[in-house]
Amino acid sequence: MLPVLAGGMVLAACSGPGADVPVPNDRTPVAAGKFESVAVVTHGTPGDAFWNVVQNGAQAAGKDLGVRVDYNSAGDPGQQAKLIDNAVAQRVDGLVVSMANPDALRPSVERAVAAGIPVVTINSGEAESARFGAIGHVGQSERSAGEAAGARLRQAGKAKPLCVIHEAGNVGAAERCGGAMQGYGNATTLQVDINNPTDAQARIKGALEADRSIDAVLTLNSQIAARAVAAVRESRSAAAVATFDLNSDVVDAIRAGALLFAVDQQQYEQGYLPVTMLRLYRANLNAVGGGRAVQTGPAFVDSGTVDAIAGLVAQGTR
Amino acid sequence: MSASTTVSEAAPPASGVRSSLVNRLIVRPEIGSALGAVLVFVFFSVITEEFLSPLGVATWLDDASTLGIMAIAVALLMIGGEFDLSAGVMTASTALVTALLAVHAGWNVWPALLVSLLFALAVGAFNGWLVMRTGLPSFIVTLGTFLALQGINLGVTRLVTDTVQVSGIRSSSGYDSAGWIFASTTDLGEARIQASVVWWIALTAIAALVLMRTRFGNWVFAVGGVLPGARAVGVPVVRTKIVLFMTTAFAGWVVGSCNILRFAGVQANQGVGLEFQYIIAAVVGGCLLTGGFGSVVGAAIGALIFGMARQGIVFARWDSDWFMLFLGVLLLSAVLVNNAFKKRAERVRR
Repeated sequence: MLPVLAGGMVLAACSGPGADVPVPNDRTPVAAGKFESVAVVTHGTPGDAFWNVVQNGAQAAGKDLGVRVDYNSAGDPGQQAKLIDNAVAQRVDGLVVSMANPDALRPSVERAVAAGIPVVTINSGEAESARFGAIGHVGQSERSAGEAAGARLRQAGKAKPLCVIHEAGNVGAAERCGGAMQGYGNATTLQVDINNPTDAQARIKGALEADRSIDAVLTLNSQIAARAVAAVRESRSAAAVATFDLNSDVVDAIRAGALLFAVDQQQYEQGYLPVTMLRLYRANLNAVGGGRAVQTGPAFVDSGTVDAIAGLVAQGTR
Repeated sequence: MSASTTVSEAAPPASGVRSSLVNRLIVRPEIGSALGAVLVFVFFSVITEEFLSPLGVATWLDDASTLGIMAIAVALLMIGGEFDLSAGVMTASTALVTALLAVHAGWNVWPALLVSLLFALAVGAFNGWLVMRTGLPSFIVTLGTFLALQGINLGVTRLVTDTVQVSGIRSSSGYDSAGWIFASTTDLGEARIQASVVWWIALTAIAALVLMRTRFGNWVFAVGGVLPGARAVGVPVVRTKIVLFMTTAFAGWVVGSCNILRFAGVQANQGVGLEFQYIIAAVVGGCLLTGGFGSVVGAAIGALIFGMARQGIVFARWDSDWFMLFLGVLLLSAVLVNNAFKKRAERVRR
């Protein structure tokens, strides 16, 4: 097989790295047409509570619109790129991609666009979305969501927050912390491992005991929020806890007054809206958002709004 | 790779009975994986339309290629009786060294690649030296390097870039020529073949030749099979093992370079956990966990099964929640089939 391929290398047109397909400049490559299948390819690891809600959203939209929705995900950018290539090979009628690592996905996304598949990006990759040829973006700007969370902490009179990062390689998490800690000269960040809840709780507890002046803990994930609430209790710290993202533990903690607020990016919309947008595009060549990203958050859930949300969290749509 | 070379394996040699063709095939370590690959291939070709399409083939070959490059080096090391748990993280470390030098220090990509190669070879040599010097199991030693590299990857990346990934190598000087070697694509009809696939096939051929046709290949079987015996007949045991560890590190560098030049960015936590996939591919390909037996071609086929199954499941549009279950069943059956063949092979040899 080697000589065949080697011969192929010489004979066939050899493209440079990354660049791959020339994407037409006018960016109107796709015509209206049939709309039967959508592939959703995200960077969430399988089994993640957050992405489960996105998946539920996409599948609900598929059901409502009579479209087949296939959901796949891979945390590794290279693997994710291959899943996109796979969707292109399947000739799906629409593609939804979350771009935590836009550079790595660029050739694959552009190739999908060149193959005539309309693409909507979700969650992350807002800045690159249009440049890669996507027809729209649905998500929450992590930086501004972080800033909004920081502003709320300041409103509550918090002077020294601790930001807990639960995933070492997550760019969005770093952005949230960066945004929230802006203006706080004395803020600290703490790295914990989301796959090891015992360790996460122990480390947060340790940080609180080491520095009694910490008066707020901001977690970026609902599972870690529950650990932070327990850590505050055990260390007898007076710190308030706030978090990004919802689950039923967070809802209970807000009800019990142990959690100040949760930043909800309403990721159900990030699953539901793109399928609708692709449908509108295929049927009517509509582009939603007018060239701007559709923002799904930040929405805030606190003691005032928690009761209305609780049932929705339990059914996996908030 | 004729059947006669199996004599050099540590298993009891054939006792001069003239083997039939079937028997000659059965003693090959890669026979189980080859059958498994055919099975997986036929299965997905039948139940999905896209699996056999040019685009589809390119997709699963692509998936198998980087895994395969690592699996063949890991297979050599396993035949030599050792493990390398740092192999997965090495793919990220080498990419990070290249990217940090090219993007943040402003180097040309080529010297950056050279330095990351030297870095990889040094870590590989250190692994080998420490295993031989201390007599500790390589499982423990490379577990240490695995953890250390993981820490360095995250620590250095955060220190230098303030974030957890390095990107932007596309605008570095020398990117085009280096990218041509590691990340270009070749269109064969509709199929777009990645450079990593070419690397995979070429390196498999080279590694198979070295293992089956050279004196060094015999040393590898010898040090993995009966170490004291190998030492007694004058096999340079230490040198052989160190070279094997450097080989997996080299493979890590090749994959790291393919990744960084293709995806133009590298995440600090990339590669963690992949070491087990390499070992699994090698084992599916007929390598024994105890060393002294195995095949490079088998490991390459093991990687191919992985790639075909992983993408085939997506083509089949099965719910990806069940993916790991399928993979587990697939791997167990492959190993069981291998095992059955091995027992049969031992009977044939006697």
